[in-house]
Amino acid sequence: MVKFDKIAGRYFLKSNQKSLVSGLLIILVATVFMVNWAGLDAVRAAQSTVEAVEGATAVDGAYAPAPKLAESDYPAVAGINGRLIVWVVAQLHLWFAAFVLAVPIFVFIIEVIGMRTRDKRYDDMAYEFIKVSITAYSLTAILGGLLLFSLILFYPHLFTYLSTIFSESMLYYALLFFAESAVLYLYYYGWKWLQGGFRKWVHLTLGLMLNAIGTTLMLLANAWLTFMMSPAGVDAAGVFSGDSWAAIHNFLWNPINIHRFVANIAYGGSIVGAYAAFKFLTARNQQEKAHYDWMGYNANFIAICALLPLPFAGYYLAAEIYAYSQQMGITLMGGIFAWLFIIQAVLIGTLFLSANYYLWCGMGRSDGAKRYTKYIKYIAIVLVGSFLVWFTPHTLVLTNSELKALGGPHHSILGPLGIMPAKNTAVNIMIIFTFLSFLFYRRSNKIATVSWEKTGNIVQVALFTAGIVNILFLGTYHGYFTNTVYKVAASIPQVVTTLVVIVGSLVLDSFIYGKSRDVGPLHWGRIPERAQYALFLLAVAFTWLMGLMGYIRSGIRQHWHVVDIMRDASAQAFTPTLGYAANVVSVAALLFLAMVIFVFWIAQVSGSKTLPAGYWKE
Amino acid sequence: MRKFLTVVAFMVISIGLFAGYSNFGIPQIEPAPPPTEEKIDLGSMTMEQFVALGERLFKGKGTCTLCHNSLGRAPALDVISTNAQARLDDPRYEESGGEATNIEEYLIESLVKPSAYVVAGFGKKGTNDKESPMPDASSGSISFSQTELIAVIAYLQDNGGLEITVEIPSDVQASVEGEDDGDGEDGEPREAFTEVQDIFDNFDCEACHTITEEAGDAGPNLSAIGAKRDRNYLRRALLAPNADIAEGFEEGMMPDDLGQQIYASELEILLDYLSELK
Repeated sequence: MVKFDKIAGRYFLKSNQKSLVSGLLIILVATVFMVNWAGLDAVRAAQSTVEAVEGATAVDGAYAPAPKLAESDYPAVAGINGRLIVWVVAQLHLWFAAFVLAVPIFVFIIEVIGMRTRDKRYDDMAYEFIKVSITAYSLTAILGGLLLFSLILFYPHLFTYLSTIFSESMLYYALLFFAESAVLYLYYYGWKWLQGGFRKWVHLTLGLMLNAIGTTLMLLANAWLTFMMSPAGVDAAGVFSGDSWAAIHNFLWNPINIHRFVANIAYGGSIVGAYAAFKFLTARNQQEKAHYDWMGYNANFIAICALLPLPFAGYYLAAEIYAYSQQMGITLMGGIFAWLFIIQAVLIGTLFLSANYYLWCGMGRSDGAKRYTKYIKYIAIVLVGSFLVWFTPHTLVLTNSELKALGGPHHSILGPLGIMPAKNTAVNIMIIFTFLSFLFYRRSNKIATVSWEKTGNIVQVALFTAGIVNILFLGTYHGYFTNTVYKVAASIPQVVTTLVVIVGSLVLDSFIYGKSRDVGPLHWGRIPERAQYALFLLAVAFTWLMGLMGYIRSGIRQHWHVVDIMRDASAQAFTPTLGYAANVVSVAALLFLAMVIFVFWIAQVSGSKTLPAGYWKE
Repeated sequence: MRKFLTVVAFMVISIGLFAGYSNFGIPQIEPAPPPTEEKIDLGSMTMEQFVALGERLFKGKGTCTLCHNSLGRAPALDVISTNAQARLDDPRYEESGGEATNIEEYLIESLVKPSAYVVAGFGKKGTNDKESPMPDASSGSISFSQTELIAVIAYLQDNGGLEITVEIPSDVQASVEGEDDGDGEDGEPREAFTEVQDIFDNFDCEACHTITEEAGDAGPNLSAIGAKRDRNYLRRALLAPNADIAEGFEEGMMPDDLGQQIYASELEILLDYLSELK
């Protein structure tokens, strides 16, 4: 590695990228300082990292191949498990990053609604959340720095290799970070200053800029991690072609971008919902209760809106992983990871059931909801049934006696429910019935005034029925009457059917209830306390699920830092068991939730005042 | 404060339930460790051992069985004695740039240049069978060495019922990468399996036999074998498979060396299980 670094160093110094070197050196000096300050026995590792970064991989105008590492190339720092540290820190950073990316999206949408409806409650709610995200933003940056230091300390050669390829985008990332900070501060501190008329538009534009910069930051970071999964812009030996865009625009970049963007919105909604739920539970009067009930509803609404397309985005990502590498795809969906999807089914079932339960409880706010409550039990039955189908494993790992009792690893009746078409069918049905819950909630306080209401309802029922029949038919036909290779062919038409049902029904409903009248005023705050726990469960399940899926996304690289190009030769290159991964995710989730509670508490403290009588001179 | 603590407890319990389910509700499978390099003394190796090495690479490092299995994700390789020549004779072969002139070359080409000729119906989606989803086995995550490629070819020829035309490389020492799959071939005896499914998996029984659903049909269906055959018959069928050939099946399909590979305790577990399948 020394030779590699020296050779690489000659090129790098010849190139005109001294500004980048300076930037990286500043970070590295800070690292060394912090390491010394912390008293860790890692100076040697940090110094070799400085050499490695200075010597970023190129000889006479050509880049060097990816380094072939040995176990000794991974610094041992005070007996600490480097992978575990990087894993937990990266996960904490990702959770906060998702939160601070989602909250501005959420805030922007609410600000637009406030401007459109001229209802100040929306503006106040948006402000309350951007206040929370200020502290969360600092924590995101601190955790990002910690992640960088962890990578440099524990995986110096990987960081060197990646920073060679992504030198430009890393620089832009740092600059964008400054820009995002500046816009965020302007957006937050200028909230009350930029009110009314043109000023409000300026403020909204700042919100848009904040989101654009935040999303760009996410896209850049996504490029680095997807490069590790589906490297591009390099040859088989890992020699960089010099085309940064090719490396960024790798095969899995866009599928991850879409999946994360949608998931972040759902996640942000769920965390905001948990905040509102806690404030509801601790509200001192009915007015506060009403306010936080209303906030919780809006947060849950946004979370559900993003949750509905999320399985499709996930499916697209999985399909693209298959398309990129069949081996990687089978590793993802088969072997030990196959069982992970059973855990995922439990989590997603929890998400759907929590979100629906909250909606059903929320129908109590309207006196007109009684017309629809009789249908809820049927929706619940369908949701639980669909959840159980998704939850059914295909091949069971059993003891000998269990195998004998069952007659094989597949149950004769339930076994067929374990295959992918059955699960796709189940999730589409779950989405349609969740939408139906929402539709009932939406209608609960309305009375249609159009003369063709009955006909409209019949068309809507027909649309739902035809959609469900089509989804069942597609799943059954492709799942059980075609060759294995075509088993997943039903997925796209099933998704299209679901979308047609949702969009068609929404359009129809907006016509039927376009000029409706209200049953009466909505009683915000008239919701049982137990409904708030559904919001907590939503936030916890989302957090935990994101951690679990982070494990599989990273795990399918197996013993490669960069798939097929740079092998992980560390002692931690093996894939941990699901139980171990679940424990790591659980500990990290508890740390994250503790930090979130701190963030919320700080936001509350900032609004509190103590009048110390007699303390100050009059 | 009480509400705060209730909410915290609720969250901790929820996370605890998710973690508990992941630890105790599903089987904990220990993933195979990353492949490690091991020294092989080719000079003292018989062709049988070389074929066994190829089989180990095929099922281990090469991860070939992920796709080349009874589910039909990739072409079946146990029928290459009939298929390989037919593919060489296919007019599409030369059109698509295939350069092999015999079956051995065709097999090598399939491993290192899988898109040179793609079997109809097995190409990447949207490429009209011009591009294979199979990676080049000599690079990337598989990265077979020259010796390993030849060993795999030897195994494919042997497994497909062809004459083995490759020779064991003359290098006295060579290194191959493989996962320590506990099969004892690295000198250490493997531990006996105690679960019937592990035995099926280890000896690939379901590649040919339908014991449960969605398994192979190259061998007799065993899903209700206990009702038709007694324990002694089953023992003989496992240890001397060519002694009695089931109607409709050919002699020589079932490996006759199971007796050298299976432990006595495993044989009894298999017999217990098969006898109960009624």
